[in-house]
Parts: sequence; structure tokens; C-alpha cells
Amino acid sequence: MTDKNVHVKIDEMKTNAGLVKNLELSIGKVINDNYTEEPMGPTPMPSITTLRDWDMKLLTKYKPFYMPDCDSCCLCTFGKCDLTAGKRGACGLDIAAQSSRIVMIAASIGSACHTAHSRHLVNHLIEKYGRRYPIDVGGLNVKVEAPVSRLVTGIKPATLGDLDDILTYTEEEITQILATAHTGQEANPLDFESKAFHIGMIDHVGMEVGDIAQISVFGYPKADPEAPLIKLGIASVDRTKPVVMCIGHNVVPSVGIIDYAKENKIDERIEVVGLCCTAHDMSRYYTRARIVGPISWEIRFIRAGLADVVVLDEQCIRTDVAEEAAKVNTPVIAASEKNCVGFKNRTNDSTDSIVEDLVTGKVPGVLVLDPEKVGEVAVRVAMKMAPIRKRKNVLPTAEEVVAIAKTCTQCKACQRNCPQDYFIPAAMKAAAAGDLSKLEEIYEVCIGCLRCESACPQKIKIHSLIVKAGEKSMQCEDNLCRSGRGAVSDVEIRSVGGPLVLGEIPGIVAIVGCSNYPKGGKDVYDIAREFASRRYIVALSGCSAMSAGSYRNKDGQTLYEEFPGGFEAGGVLNVGSCVSNSHIAGAAIKVANIFAKRPLRGNYEEIADYVHNRIGAVGLAWGAYSQKAASIAAGFWRLGVPVVVGPHGSKYRRMLLGRKEDPENWNVIDARTGETVNVGPSPEHLFNVAETKEECIVQIAKLCMRPNDTWKGRSGKLSHYIDLHKRYMGVMPNDIHLYVRTMADVPITMKDEITQVLQANNWKESIIPDPTLLPRMVRKMK
Amino acid sequence: MSCEPWQCAEIAATKKANVIQKPEIAVAMMKRAQHPILIVGSNVTERWMDGKQAIEYIIEFANASKIPVVATAHMVGEFVKRGYTPAAYWNAMEISQRVCDPTWMGLDGKGHPDLVIYVGMPYYMEALILSGLKHFAPDLKTMTLDNMYHVHASWSFPNASLEEWAANLKVLTSKYSGGQ
Ligand code: SF4
Ligand code: SF4
Ligand code: SF4
Repeated sequence: MTDKNVHVKIDEMKTNAGLVKNLELSIGKVINDNYTEEPMGPTPMPSITTLRDWDMKLLTKYKPFYMPDCDSCCLCTFGKCDLTAGKRGACGLDIAAQSSRIVMIAASIGSACHTAHSRHLVNHLIEKYGRRYPIDVGGLNVKVEAPVSRLVTGIKPATLGDLDDILTYTEEEITQILATAHTGQEANPLDFESKAFHIGMIDHVGMEVGDIAQISVFGYPKADPEAPLIKLGIASVDRTKPVVMCIGHNVVPSVGIIDYAKENKIDERIEVVGLCCTAHDMSRYYTRARIVGPISWEIRFIRAGLADVVVLDEQCIRTDVAEEAAKVNTPVIAASEKNCVGFKNRTNDSTDSIVEDLVTGKVPGVLVLDPEKVGEVAVRVAMKMAPIRKRKNVLPTAEEVVAIAKTCTQCKACQRNCPQDYFIPAAMKAAAAGDLSKLEEIYEVCIGCLRCESACPQKIKIHSLIVKAGEKSMQCEDNLCRSGRGAVSDVEIRSVGGPLVLGEIPGIVAIVGCSNYPKGGKDVYDIAREFASRRYIVALSGCSAMSAGSYRNKDGQTLYEEFPGGFEAGGVLNVGSCVSNSHIAGAAIKVANIFAKRPLRGNYEEIADYVHNRIGAVGLAWGAYSQKAASIAAGFWRLGVPVVVGPHGSKYRRMLLGRKEDPENWNVIDARTGETVNVGPSPEHLFNVAETKEECIVQIAKLCMRPNDTWKGRSGKLSHYIDLHKRYMGVMPNDIHLYVRTMADVPITMKDEITQVLQANNWKESIIPDPTLLPRMVRKMK
Repeated sequence: MSCEPWQCAEIAATKKANVIQKPEIAVAMMKRAQHPILIVGSNVTERWMDGKQAIEYIIEFANASKIPVVATAHMVGEFVKRGYTPAAYWNAMEISQRVCDPTWMGLDGKGHPDLVIYVGMPYYMEALILSGLKHFAPDLKTMTLDNMYHVHASWSFPNASLEEWAANLKVLTSKYSGGQ
């Protein structure tokens, strides 16, 4: 690889897609390209401005709506600067630029997090298995092994060493982007937005690399629709056995634990359980691993005394886990350089001495950066601690709950600090009178953040009271989650490509991300089930995939038993952990490449244009809280895929909204004729909040419409939209006329109703174009 | 009378809402406005006062004041179910982006709203929207009828109990003819 920046201008060129005119290429890096089967596109390894024009096309359609979380900026010592309502900071910055800068910084943190995670995995695996270790994502079923990386970098990776090269590129981009946040650099909000898009795209590359590496080496399910069903929930754990609890996202230490237990033939005698994405990745490696739940359940399980040792790797780990674990005599092993927890580094000490110190309580925790040593220490400590700890917990008895609740002064500090505004004081009042039902209701929806507790002047352990009240339902949490299957196979793409692009499969609903749900995880289950029953493709990952598996239908089936696990109409697939989200973007990209035969390598703009105009995919991050969720979303934005977030997602502080009543927003070029055609608001937004589950369902159905839908596809999509709107909003939608292009689009069963709406709105017939936003895609300029 | 934000972390405001000390003050401002609108969020079916949901108090107020109502989330159906048809329904961000745009001519096309009143959204979300309007539509007057102090509004009631909220909403309604 060389580091030259290259800029090429081509006035006229003949390609498979037709005549290309006025093409400008900017290439951040030149790669030694030995892969000749597919030609290299115009933008391999784009620099931070290469795709700026594409971003501006999207940002013209979808304008930022900023909602600053803070009136001031305090990023440098010129400040603090008050940026309220038109005031500028000492560096000249205004609040719009500051808001977009914060969006970009958040996405950069997320992207850095995934890339650093992947970097650790790749370095570790190269050290163990060498650069030439071949990658294998799905055997013969997956020829397009790394759609995102190929699209962005142009590299077709074949070995771990190739993944290393790809990461080197992403690391440079992250550095470049983060540099622009410095005082007195980027000034314009739209430029910050473009850079946020860039870092989001980079994030998907970083994620893909990490997941490909671990799938290839650890023998995870490989694009398998029938990946095994994994036990999920606290009741699935045999608590008579020693329990090793792993929290975080990086599977390497967990692999050390599982390998040690297996090699010593004690794997049947212990339980290895996981929280958050580590749980997904452990269970992809070892089907006996248990997923106990999303990040929000860390404290309830530790306080309930479940863990005999806690192993922390990286990302989304509560920073007070060690203190909480100490209260129940649970030793902690920190296993990541990124999360040392203040513990002494014992990596070079003998295993015996570390085990001894943890078991005797001489130290509450240790830092061990050798995953194999973590494996041995964790298993041995758990086995020794289980009989000593005897499930020591800090939950009060039911009688104690009542007595403690009586000390509540009804000051409301808890409720005012609860991010969900739950009526905790009222629940305390009821509990003081012996009725724990209101606390139990909070158990079902509590995200375990402990903000209530830390605000209580009476020092009431409110969360422990909630968990005690919910103990009975906690003891029944015995469900199933399908193990993360990784990529979508080329075969699956071939069979759904046509129906998807024509609109006959009404859409792909990707439900991803964290568990900061406004009203508990059941909403995720309900949304997923609604769309799967309507034969949308439902793809899940991360904590959302766990929440979706945590409920059962009336026949006692979990979602993963009720619906098939394929990328197919009515399929419910779990792609896996956070880094597996790249496979969802990858699937959309593969439709463009495999089904529509659009060239992939280094051809970002054309593929994004295809995805945006033709593939009815919508991302939903109902409980998104993290910076990683921001960068994942940003990666979808640049591909032109709309993302919906739950109400807490408003705290990302800016939406990307289309204005449906402004016709000029919705013009595309008909690639057949070069003429401008108005296609209506499809999709209407690139990033928006849904305030309630009901609204969310309706919004998703609407956002699945695309300019390319055939009349048959559009009529199907419209009938879902109208039906869901009537059911959840209680009325007919008032914007149907914007989505009907010809009378053939109108669902037959709703013809009379809709005709009236069309007449009332002076509706006129229009055509269904071959839609593109890129003038160079026009085959025959008039 | 407390003027702290309801959610304790929502303090990052250099320009804070004026406190509505008495409902009569709010009514006077609403009566003065030429094109007021009332944007109603999803919490109005979650809050109960005296055996009645907040939405019922809002309907009584809307009927008396004749201020056009915009229902957000899935509230349109909840209004219609109770025999009240709101002037419009929008997603919370969609309507807020429009009121932020001075060229938007209102629900009836007759003029940009000069007073935008919010009630009943999740607190943190309404706070952010009000912040967006404070910064990007500095000439627009915003008010909230919630029982929670919203720093970013132009005018807000202070934090109050559900009972006090119900009482305030009743007084607001009573100040319009037919609202007794
Ligand atoms: S970066 Fe600019 S706006 Fe922010 S504190 Fe420094 S001078 Fe003020
Ligand atoms: S722990 Fe639960 S109840 Fe307490 S503040 Fe957090 S979400 Fe609210
Ligand atoms: S903060 Fe503590 S004392 Fe105050 S209402 Fe909540 S539980 Fe009661």
C-alpha cells in the first residue's frame, strides 16, 4: 500500500452502466491490487472529503434539525462560551456547528471503539495464527465475504493480514476526522455532518473486520439460518454450579475461559454466562454459554449474588461493577487494556498467586491482560468461591423491603433523577403499606441505571428493592436467543434480491442496539413480531436481539422459534453482537452487487444511490444510548438508509428530516431518460425519533417505501402502512396521496377509501422512474 | 416556589424560562397570541389525576380555548376516541422542525405560529425540542403547560404535583368562556 493522494478527472468513459461523463475521482490511497475479477471503482479508500458531494445530496434532502443539549461549549479554554440563540464562541463557532460537531465527536468515539476492538482481535489472532490465516465467513455460500470493506476500501480480503491492512486505513480516517473537531478547524455544520457520515461508514468497515476475524478463527456459525438456539435469562443458569460472569464486548478473554474449562474437562461443572455483546459472541463459540441479558441487567444479577467471579472486557460496562461485586464477595478480573478499573496489573504473576489473592479476598480484583491466564484464573476462582460465597447477595427480604420503604420521605429525588421518570415515590408508598406490586411493575421496565439510588437522601437501595419485588419474574426468565449467525449468504441474497427491490418483500427492519428502552424490552419484541408476521425481514443484533428473545407467544414459543432464522420474508435473524451490525449494511450492499450486478469495489456512491432508492431497509435503535449506536446509525445514513430511534434517541441532539410537503425535496433523475421525476417522500427521513411504540411501528412501515417500488410492491407496502396506521394511530393516514404514483399502486381492498383521499388532494398520476440521484448514472442523456 | 428543572440533570441552560406564577398569566399570553398552537405528547394518557387522564383535562382546555391542537406520537387516535378531533397530528420532531422555520405558514396556512405551547411529552425529549426552538427560532415564544419546569421554554410552570397540575389546568380552562 502506498500513501499517495491521487485526483483524476475523466471527461468521458464507456462502462457497463453506460456512458460516464465528467467523472472526478479522489483517491486517498493507492492499493496494490492483485484482484482482477472485479474492476476497481472510482473511490477506493476515500479520504474525508471524497464522498462529500454525495453527503450533500442527502443533507439537502434531509435537513438537520438541531436540539442542543447544552447552551454552551466548553471544549477549550477560550470558553466556556455561551452560544445561545445566535451568540458565537470566542473561536467564532455558532450553536449549529457546535451541535453537529458533537454529533461527529460522538460518532467518532463509537467508530474508534469498534475499530479498537477489531484491532485488538486482529492483532491477537495474527499473533496466534499468523497473517496468512484464511478468512472464512460462510464457505462456498459466501463469495462476497466483506461487502462493506470491499465497497469502501476496494480490498478483497483473503487473510487476517488483509484485515490488518483494512484497519490501518480506518485508523487513519478516525484520526483525520477527530482532528477536525479541534478549535478553529471545521466551521460549517453540514461539513461536520458529512464528516459524521464518513466516520459512520468507517465504523461499519471496522465492525466488519472484527466480526470476520472472529467468525473465521473461532468457528462461529457461518451465515447459518439455523444457528443454534441459546438459553437466555437467569432461570436458564444452573445456580448449583460455580458461575463465571463475563461482561462487555470482546470475546477473547471468554474464549480463554471456555478453552480452559474444556481442556480440563470441567466445562460441564461450571456455568459461563454473559451480559451484553460478549454474551452473544461467547455463545457463538460455545453453545453451552448462557446469555443472561442486556447491559441494563448487570447490577440486578450481581446484587442477586449470581456471579462467583466477574470478568470484564471492554465497552458498555458499568464503571461501578467492581464496587458492586465487592459487596457480594465476588472477585473481579479486568481483562482489557481499555478498562483497567484501577486494579494492579498481575499479568506476569503466577496463576496460583493471583487465584490465592482473589479467593482469600486479599485483593478485590486484578488486571490480567493475557486471555489464557484470565481463563485459568477465572475458572479456578469461580470453583473455589462458589462454596465460600454460597450465593451471597444483598437483596433485602420482602419484610425488609416494607420496613425500608417506610423510611422514604416522599421527596421525589429518585423520580427526578430517574431517566425514565418512573413513579418511584408512589411505589415506595405502596410498598410501605405492604403492597410491592408497583415496585414489581418498575422491575419490568427499569434499565438498572441506579440514578434513583444515588440521589436518595435516605440512602435507600431503591434498585435492590425493585429487584426483590421483581424476583419472582426474574426467576422465571428462561428463554431462547438464536446464536449470532454472522453474514447473510449470497444464496439468500439471490433469492430475496428481486422481491426486495421490486417491493414485494415489504422491507428489511433492522432492530439493533442498546437497551435504554423507555418502557422495557417488550416493545422490541412487539415491534419485531409485528413486522415478522407481516413477512418483512427482521434482522436483530446486540441487546435488542436479547430483548426480542425474552418473551413468548401464546403457544409458549420465543420469537426465534416462531419464525425462521433466514434472510427471507418473515425471517427473524440474529446477526450477532455489535460488530455484526455490519452484516446488515452488508446485506443491502450485497443486493446491489449480487442481484443488480453493480460493481462493488471502491464504488461507494453508486451503491449507496442504489440502496437509498431501491432497498426498503429501515434501522431501528429503540433503546440506543451509546456513541457506538451513533456511529452505526451514521454508517446507515451515508448509505441512505433511514434510522429510527426511541425517545431517548432525541438526546443525539439532531434529526435528519425531510419535508414531505416540499416537492423539490423529492426529485430524482430517471436514469432511463435523464428527466427529473418527483417520487414523493420515499423515504421521508434519514433520522427521526418515534415517541411511542405505536408511532414507531407506523413510521417504520412508511419509511420502507422506495422510489423504485413496482406498483405491486408499492400497493403491498401501502396496505401495511394504512392498516398499521389505522390500528395504532386510530385514523387513516393523511399523506397517502404522496405515495400513490398510479392507480395501480392503490391496494384493491382500500380502493374506495383511497380514491376519495386522492380526489380531495388534487392527486395527479406520475411515473415510476429508474431512480438515481447521480447524473452520471443516466444511460441516455436527452 | 421551585424553579429547578424537573429532571435534575437538565440544567445546562444559560437562558432559562420565565416562571408562570399563576395560570392567569399563561391565559393572558395565550389570548394575546394571534396564531397559537398546542402540541400534545404521549404522556397525557399516562398521567391520571382524580380518576381522569391528563388528556381529558387537555380536551376540556382545547374546547374552551379553541387553540388548535397538534397530537404527536399516536395520540390522534386517543383524542378521536374521546370525541375530540385535533387540528392536526404530526411526529414530534416533524412539527417542531416546522414551527422552527419562520417561513412555515401554520396549520391553516394563515400565519406562522406566534406562540407554541407544549404539553405531555417525555420530559427529556420536550426539553431538547424546546432547546432547539430557543436557539434556532429565538423570536418564537414557547410555553409549556406541564407540571414540570422546562428551562428551555420561554414560559414554564414550576414543578408541581399531579393534583396541582390538575388544578392549574382547570383554572386555565375556566378563564375562557364556556370553560366553566
Ligand atoms: S471551541 Fe470555540 S466555542 Fe468552544 S469553548 Fe473554545 S472558543 Fe468557545
Ligand atoms: S435504576 Fe431503574 S428506577 Fe432507578 S433511576 Fe434507573 S431506570 Fe429509574
Ligand atoms: S429519593 Fe428516597 S426518600 Fe426520596 S422519594 Fe425517593 S425513595 Fe423516597
